[in-house]
Amino acid sequence: MNDIHDELVRIVGAAYVSRAEEELYLYGRDQGVQPPGRPDYVVLPATTEEVRRIVLLAGENGVPVVPMGGGLVLSGLTVPLKGGIVLDMKRMNRILEVNELSHYCVVEAGTTQGALQAYLARRHPALKHSVPDAPPVATIAGNVAIHGSGHLSQSEGGFHSEMVTGLEVVLPTGEVCRLGSCSTVDKWFSRAPLPDLAGLFLGWNGTTGVITKVGMKLFPSFPLKDVLMFMTEDIDAVPEVISRIVSTEMGEDITFFVTPKPAYFDGFQMTNVHIVARTPREMKLRQALVRESVQPYLDRKEAGFLPLPAHMKVNLLAAPQKSLSEFADIRKGGGFEYVGSIMPVESIPGAYRAGLGIAARNGVTYSMGARVVGRGHAVMFYYAFPFNRADEAELQSVRHALEAANRAALDLGGIPWKTEVAGQRMILARMDPATVALMERLRALLDPNGIMNPGNWEVAP
Amino acid sequence: MRHEELLHRCFRCGWCKMPLNYADFNCPSYLQYRFESFTAGGRMWLIRAWQKGEIQAGERLAQILFTCVTCKNCVQTCAMPGIREQLVDIFMAAKGELVEQGLVPPSIRDYLKAMQTHGNPYKRPDAERARWAEGLDLPRYSGQAYLFYVGDEGAFDELGIGMARSVARLLGQAGVDFGILGEAETSDGNDVRAAGEEGLARALAETLTAKLNDLGVKKVVTLSPHAFNIMKTDYPAWGGAFTVEHWTQVVARRVRALAPAETALKVAFHDPCYLGRWQGEYEAPRALLRAVPGLTLLEMPRNRQNALCCGGGGGNFFTDILGHGGDQAARVRVREAAETGAAVLVVACPLCLKMLDDAVKAEGLDDRLAVRDLATLLLAMR
Repeated sequence: MNDIHDELVRIVGAAYVSRAEEELYLYGRDQGVQPPGRPDYVVLPATTEEVRRIVLLAGENGVPVVPMGGGLVLSGLTVPLKGGIVLDMKRMNRILEVNELSHYCVVEAGTTQGALQAYLARRHPALKHSVPDAPPVATIAGNVAIHGSGHLSQSEGGFHSEMVTGLEVVLPTGEVCRLGSCSTVDKWFSRAPLPDLAGLFLGWNGTTGVITKVGMKLFPSFPLKDVLMFMTEDIDAVPEVISRIVSTEMGEDITFFVTPKPAYFDGFQMTNVHIVARTPREMKLRQALVRESVQPYLDRKEAGFLPLPAHMKVNLLAAPQKSLSEFADIRKGGGFEYVGSIMPVESIPGAYRAGLGIAARNGVTYSMGARVVGRGHAVMFYYAFPFNRADEAELQSVRHALEAANRAALDLGGIPWKTEVAGQRMILARMDPATVALMERLRALLDPNGIMNPGNWEVAP
Repeated sequence: MRHEELLHRCFRCGWCKMPLNYADFNCPSYLQYRFESFTAGGRMWLIRAWQKGEIQAGERLAQILFTCVTCKNCVQTCAMPGIREQLVDIFMAAKGELVEQGLVPPSIRDYLKAMQTHGNPYKRPDAERARWAEGLDLPRYSGQAYLFYVGDEGAFDELGIGMARSVARLLGQAGVDFGILGEAETSDGNDVRAAGEEGLARALAETLTAKLNDLGVKKVVTLSPHAFNIMKTDYPAWGGAFTVEHWTQVVARRVRALAPAETALKVAFHDPCYLGRWQGEYEAPRALLRAVPGLTLLEMPRNRQNALCCGGGGGNFFTDILGHGGDQAARVRVREAAETGAAVLVVACPLCLKMLDDAVKAEGLDDRLAVRDLATLLLAMR
């Protein structure tokens, strides 16, 4: 093992390799309730070439490699289940290109959401990217690799992985590949019309290679923004409400949430519609069209728009929302984990009822909600359970609740998103066997030494 | 350990690494080391693991904790109310635990030993504390409106001495009635406390407080934001019967008396952590710069509460425990300043002055960017 350590030091420099107890402890766990692992090394590469050499070294020695971006998935996907090297990618954080006319950017894999957001605001204020509801230290590459979504997912084309225009990846066998238009010309504008190989690295939890560069779509940034909150009391009405609002094409981001606290929200369902515009006149028109779309509910006095105080609007319009991190401490215990489930809009009432039952049976508090992805093509429905990190019994209750939520999501026709290993196995158990076999063949082909984030997307333990 | 009940409430969500505008990583030790362990969240989790016996304290943990330069970026940006206010205090308490156990890095040990035995980190006799004022004909304090306190850097550091002399002259030109302590000055204790030696800091503070009280000092004006911080925040509870201001605040109220000459100079201002994030003063130095006709004040992307620390806090100014290289906070900061097109990076703290002046040389930016303390710059405008 000393040889491997020495070689890692030769590749990235002594300052960026650690096998100290402190780093092994910290990189062996994430913020959720999944059990810890233990890496053998934590390595911080700065270039694609360094990643390539590390992966080659790992392959030659059969050492697992776990790529990590912000390390914020909560479900243990960057916890090294079988030891090895955790590759913290955040030193690779250069923003390489912003194409103002073709509306895309190219960034190194460790570039954070916040850094890109700030860079665009300062240097290209007419453009923005879709910001996930993760803290700003989440990385662009990490988020697309897990099929993340964000505040432009409803209006601008779906999951962030669908906004990818190109990738540079280091294969488990050490080759560096460019995927998309950048494989053929020196531009990163599109994955089409070529065979779409980027899919081999999106949604695979780092089991097929290491993403080192990402091309991402950018979108117009509007000067005015507002939010409307539509409150219903009948969960069965929510799919139609969402469908009506989505169909106006006036909302930039559409989210839905229920929460037992504060008490005045308990029993209601809130649908938030973020609206952006270039002028006050356009804003008024967009707001009017959204209101008109749900007029029948207003006429029947079954629902209504909630007047929002200014401070609440500021909070709701923030991207990302800091209050989502605050949720981790509502039990005064610094933690939460959630099951995000990708499901059809019509599954929302069932998911909601299932969530209430799961929370009650496991004695845990909850927050539930959804983000519309695409023009109503799917939602990311989340069951979030906060916990007190110092209370082992509470951690166990949340683990049970998460397992139940994974099962409920699948039963309702949804698919758990960026789910922990147990959830991955639930999915694989229900997956078409031919699809499972194809996944296994692809992995064996790409990663013959089985070094990439082993334990994930595996049928057998 | 103090605040132990808060440790498990850190979510390690990482907001603490960035400024409020996300411009870039803004925690000096994280910028330098890039391991998650060198963030506020990483420290919280590691301190908890240490307190629970899951890891043992050793050299690496000491390095991780003592490289916190107490800049308070994490306090500004942490998402958790009820915890964020205490973050730096938690890190100082943890450093204190390591000091008690004798597990301090050698450079910190040497710094604290110098403070204990010599009363200053430069290991110089108190008799030399008045040398900075030679030739200025400044009166010893004897009931003037203000006592001008220059501290260790103002007394012993070459650049700090220059700054202290400029501030003294500027105070005089602004019509401020003040006296100095000269060789009777003693250390204020701010950075000793930030390095985890609370007992020694308290002893230093009590010595100085007693001296000022005995002299009947009612108002103190400080050269350094560090001294300003501890005197303003802590001295009242430790018996201090005087108010305290930073020199920029005192002079800003008398800016008309300075009547600076016109200039076409373009400058950027670097907010000192102990003046800005610790004490909330962002405007006084800017008011002084705006008072110079024709001067263009350019703001760096990270300014005011988002300012990137120079890395000189927490005792690092004296110990260099944070280390060197291109990712050193001071070097990142001068690159940021140079990108604004400013010809001068203006500072209001003797520690920032030295840290950033060294960084400009290390970056090879000498021909594009000068580092000047605000007082010297204002004097040159007359």
